[in-house]
Amino acid sequence: MSVLQMQRISICALKKDRKAILEELQELGVLEIETSKVTADGLDRPDTAEEKQRSEKQALMLDQALDVLQEYAPEKTSIFASLEGKKLVARGSFLAAVKEREAILESAGKILSLKKKEAENKAEIVKLQTQKEALTPWLALDIPMNCEGTKKTKIFIGSIGSVMTQEEILTRIAQTAPDLSAVDVEIISADKDQTCLTAVCLRTEADRLEEALRASGFSRPAQSWEKIPAQELEEIEKKMEKVRSNIAGIQEEIRSMADLRENLKMLSDYCRTRAQRYEALAKIPQTQKTFLVSGYVAAKNAKKLAQRLERQFTLSVEIEELAEDEEAPVQLENGKAAASVEGVLEAFGLPGKGEVDPTRIMFVFYVFLFGMMLSDAAYGLIVFVACAVLLKKFPRMSESMAKSLRMFMYCGISTIVWGVLFGGYFGNIVDIISEKFFGVTVTVPAVWFMPLNDPMKLLVFSMLFGLIHLFTGLGIKGYMCLRDKRYMDFFCDVVLWYCLLVGLILMLLPSSIFASIAQAHIVLPEPVNLLAKVLAIAGAAGIVLMSGRGRKNPALRLALGAYDLYNITGWLSDVLSYSRLLALGLATGVIASVVNQMAGMLGNGIIGIIGFILIFIVGHTLNLGINLLGAYVHTNRLQFVEFFGKFYDGGGRAFAPFHSDTKYMDIMKEEEL
Amino acid sequence: MSIFENLGLVYALLGAALAVILAGMGSAYGVGIAGQAASGVVTEDPSKFAKVLIIQLLPGTQGIYGLLVAFITLSKIGLLGGSPADLDVRTGLLILIACLPVALVGLVSAKHQGRTAVAAIGIVAKKPEQFGKAMLFPAMVETYAILSLLISILAVTAIQV
Repeated sequence: MSVLQMQRISICALKKDRKAILEELQELGVLEIETSKVTADGLDRPDTAEEKQRSEKQALMLDQALDVLQEYAPEKTSIFASLEGKKLVARGSFLAAVKEREAILESAGKILSLKKKEAENKAEIVKLQTQKEALTPWLALDIPMNCEGTKKTKIFIGSIGSVMTQEEILTRIAQTAPDLSAVDVEIISADKDQTCLTAVCLRTEADRLEEALRASGFSRPAQSWEKIPAQELEEIEKKMEKVRSNIAGIQEEIRSMADLRENLKMLSDYCRTRAQRYEALAKIPQTQKTFLVSGYVAAKNAKKLAQRLERQFTLSVEIEELAEDEEAPVQLENGKAAASVEGVLEAFGLPGKGEVDPTRIMFVFYVFLFGMMLSDAAYGLIVFVACAVLLKKFPRMSESMAKSLRMFMYCGISTIVWGVLFGGYFGNIVDIISEKFFGVTVTVPAVWFMPLNDPMKLLVFSMLFGLIHLFTGLGIKGYMCLRDKRYMDFFCDVVLWYCLLVGLILMLLPSSIFASIAQAHIVLPEPVNLLAKVLAIAGAAGIVLMSGRGRKNPALRLALGAYDLYNITGWLSDVLSYSRLLALGLATGVIASVVNQMAGMLGNGIIGIIGFILIFIVGHTLNLGINLLGAYVHTNRLQFVEFFGKFYDGGGRAFAPFHSDTKYMDIMKEEEL
Repeated sequence: MSIFENLGLVYALLGAALAVILAGMGSAYGVGIAGQAASGVVTEDPSKFAKVLIIQLLPGTQGIYGLLVAFITLSKIGLLGGSPADLDVRTGLLILIACLPVALVGLVSAKHQGRTAVAAIGIVAKKPEQFGKAMLFPAMVETYAILSLLISILAVTAIQV
């Protein structure tokens, strides 16, 4: 249960050391800069928007260049790439890349301009392709397209927008211009959209022929070529060939730059961290010669940070406790195991001001309840092994991913335990296989009992576990009241409720309702029965009288008290909500046995065995997937709604230290703080 | 002996069928509309695929609960083993009624859970870091399907055949 104690550290130093100090702070990543309250005359904050933007732009350009490289010289990535995490590079090679900044930026620019050139060339190909298509119908023409005719004759080259034979065209011309002395029409090509043709006549009669042709829908081609179409086509193809080889050359050139990738990545990260430094700089107030960094640091780091800075620079450091009204950012510190559920806690909300960190207690319940919902030893083993292998194989995966996997690993262990207790191994696979292939039914006995044979028993235990969970929650609330010395609240909101609930439970146990559910009659000694009544009545009366203690008006106070007592229904529904432990546990087991039964329906031959294995694998994969999801969602729900509902609001702000937020690489730290 | 006196097994099978049919229909609807919303999010930002897929799957559980009850029923009345039990009308009707909670609540809750899932996918689209909270809203609806499942299972297993 530990939210790290925060302190405020203020560092006043000379401006000439500003860059070095900021870099140092960024590398250490333990300080959250917060200077909104520092105001005085003569202090100003530098405007770094422009520099920041320039660095961001450079980072973006490098990223784009990397994208281009990825397109032409793809880097091999496995399906587990997202688990691999960022590569660790030595500080030396990083600094070397930074030193060659200009050259690297230039090559990034070159990659981008090559990419642009390639795009232009590709557009050229498209253009040539269109020309080629326009030329295709005219390939049979053996004179240049812009030919006007000879001295005495005129030639018309063009197309008619419908399908017509030579005869039809001649007939049409004869009808519209009957007095033409000579005309020759030749069809070059025809398809369903147009008929391409040439028409020759005497120059003196050219006008009349043109008119006649127009009347039939004749038009000259939109594009005119100076050469014979066949030659023209050859030239277009030559051009295309050239452009294609250009493109290949450009691509080859881009590929040849692939070994720059590492440098591009490092520089991109450098530019990114630089932009972050400028962003931080904008928050730092300064005078002509000095500047002041102030912010939050975890108390355990404060001294070490101060000493480290004092060793290297001339500066003055001041460490102070936070003011009462100041809301400190939250950083959690739990053991490695318990920290694995921090992700779940963050999803709900970090502890707010004055709240305890429930991570450790939650971890115990989380793993316990999760295992109970999945409750199959084989599934648990699969989950455990899968998570353990991934964690071992990818030690550099992101922190939050590692936490989630570790959480599922512990849940896997718990699932194994519950599976053994309930006798679930892939449902009832042992029964099915032994019966099908060996003729004798062997059942692995449950260490505790089989839920399907005695669901009422498990229902009672589910609610019992729920009650323990809820009482723990109420207990934490009590602890917080005592810690803050709010004894009145402790008594009224916690002790009275405990009285009421314990009293009611003791009254319920000997009743016939409970006997029919639990199938066991419990007889309590008479003094206990009396005690139960006393506790329940005292608790209820206390709650009615005390819940509205903030109000002066006695009627209002009693009304509020009665309303608070009504919360007893909330407790009832909270406890009933834990029946999902039973329902989800049964769901896993029953679906698994459905799968087994289906697989077992096939014969005993080779095909039967292959079918058995196929159905087994597919069915259990699906069942494991859907039940993992169910167990995860509903364990979260039990924590968030039932457990946290008793004592926890969340609403804390996460600690966001000034650090190097890189995209591609982690730079090896010389030493930890 | 009229034909109506032999219908015990028919009623029991009807119960199992209703559990699968109604709960399955509800889940199909719920997963369907949630899937439409999820597809919309993935077109904009494919990196949210895993998150929206999880939320899309949430209304799918009712269909599985229906299957579960149907399976317990089928094995109870011996249809799976190939030797159907000789049920009288009263027992058949009892089993039919025992199947109704998961059938009806499954249908309605899956439909509503689907709509809640659509809204939750909206949360993930705009604020992916609030995934934990977004997932909780559809899970709330599921509570009632779980309660009905519980009663159906308890009732079916309690009926003497």
